[in-house]
Amino acid sequence: MAPLISFQDVSKVFGSGDRAVRAVDGVTLDIEAGEIFGVIGYSGAGKSTLVRLVNALETVTSGRLRVDGRDVTALREAELRSVRAGIGMVFQQFNLLNSRTVAGNVAYPLKVAGWSRERRAARVAELLDYVGIADKAKAYPRQLSGGQKQRVGIARALATSPRILLADEATSALDPDTTQDVLALLRRVNRELGVTVVVITHEMDVIRSLAHRVAVMEAGKVIEHGPVYDVFAAPRERATRRFVATTLKDRPTPEAVERLRHRHPGRIITVGIREGAGGSVDVTAALRAHGVDGTIVFGGITEIDERPFGSLTLELTGPDAAIDALVADLRDRTDVDDLGIAGVPA
Amino acid sequence: MNRDWSELSPILWDSVRETLYIVGVTVGVGGVLGLALGVLLYATRRGNLLENVFVFTVLNVAVNVVRPIPFIIFITAVGPVTLAVVGTTIGNDAVIFAMSIMATFVTARIVEQNLVATDPGVIEAARAMGASRLRILVTVLVPEALAPLILGYTFLLIGIVDMSALAGYVGGGGLGNFAIVYGYQRFNWEVTLVTVLVIIGMVQLAQLLGNWLARKALHR
Repeated sequence: MAPLISFQDVSKVFGSGDRAVRAVDGVTLDIEAGEIFGVIGYSGAGKSTLVRLVNALETVTSGRLRVDGRDVTALREAELRSVRAGIGMVFQQFNLLNSRTVAGNVAYPLKVAGWSRERRAARVAELLDYVGIADKAKAYPRQLSGGQKQRVGIARALATSPRILLADEATSALDPDTTQDVLALLRRVNRELGVTVVVITHEMDVIRSLAHRVAVMEAGKVIEHGPVYDVFAAPRERATRRFVATTLKDRPTPEAVERLRHRHPGRIITVGIREGAGGSVDVTAALRAHGVDGTIVFGGITEIDERPFGSLTLELTGPDAAIDALVADLRDRTDVDDLGIAGVPA
Repeated sequence: MNRDWSELSPILWDSVRETLYIVGVTVGVGGVLGLALGVLLYATRRGNLLENVFVFTVLNVAVNVVRPIPFIIFITAVGPVTLAVVGTTIGNDAVIFAMSIMATFVTARIVEQNLVATDPGVIEAARAMGASRLRILVTVLVPEALAPLILGYTFLLIGIVDMSALAGYVGGGGLGNFAIVYGYQRFNWEVTLVTVLVIIGMVQLAQLLGNWLARKALHR
């Protein structure tokens, strides 16, 4: 099946001559129907521009971009409007119409699409119920909390039953609790309604808990992309490693390693915990099998894409030969970082 | 109590009615035309929905040229046009014609300046929903800026009351004429004072109404 959104060497240049800025630089990327695709990058990396090419809020400078079977690089303004109408978008600052009620906001895209008053009213009631703010239909945006506003934003974006939902830093203006609620809602939209969701964020936590696949952007380019689990487990680029480090503080920093060595005289190793082909490593079983004692001194395990991920740092005590055999055994099954012992750092 | 008041009060009330008529028609005509011109001025600016350097420059220069002309000079300067359109250069209708032109340009600037403050994100959201540019101007841009626009129009209304005082100079009526003919020219300071008080009362009422409407429009 052809991908729902397909970038082929797409670039977007703002301005011209000396002041030209390549906001998006030669991006080739496929987004499949039904997935939640994350785009992560620092501000200025070009991710907002990338997503605005999809619904033609920005025009492609060069390359080919196909969205839902249509080549948007070849369309005229009137045709682009129909592409946009078939793609929902939610924004960091919600961008609700303050002059209209909650119901009025959700009804706006339906009015644009030419729905009759009766059909609009029924659809608005259904949507507000779906996002859980049916009681706020007559309120104005300025009377709502951030989380409520984003629910309105999502209801509005879903009004015309789009196949694609673009979320531009949709949770970045929200507190942690509200962020979780909104992420859960986006997950539900993807699962229950089959909407393909493209999330842009600078927060690795959003990617971790929401996306199936991720693209990492830097200076307009996609520097790495793939299933979220794989990118997390084996980040290739420095920027990716920095993003991973912001969400998982499971590995000790060099300063922390120094402190660990002061406190623990034995050999210290960090064992990666992840779901490989043979399932996650049972560290305790390995310790027992080799007759080595292990004390957990650092680490953390979380879930990425609903699979275990993290690492444990252990102080090992026992006969040197047994420890060497244990480390070799673990190395066969997962990544092991040997931090050595206080006198002889590895 | 001045013994003339029994004779003057009916004239005063006629003058109030005339001022309301002159100001009302001017605000109606100048307000609507100025709104259209102001929206166009905003929308054709670089980076906005109808970006058009030529149209923007022409409108911008026109507004900048007309606005600073003192109104009493402007009335006589547009005399030939007034004569061609209204058929005369004296009386209330001639004054209303000149005032409407001036009000249009003043309003255009007021409208433009209030629209600049509109959140571009809201306009982007409307574009993302597939709304046409014209639809966005009418159903998003203007409603979103309604509260500051109401205050801008209140400011405009008061400026127009000020302008209307000059109607007397070209044979028009209203409170300005009343104050000049029965106050200034008869050395009757009391009449001038009463006229001033009536004008202050009208302006205060307009300001209170404007503030109240603007607050309603904010939907807090």
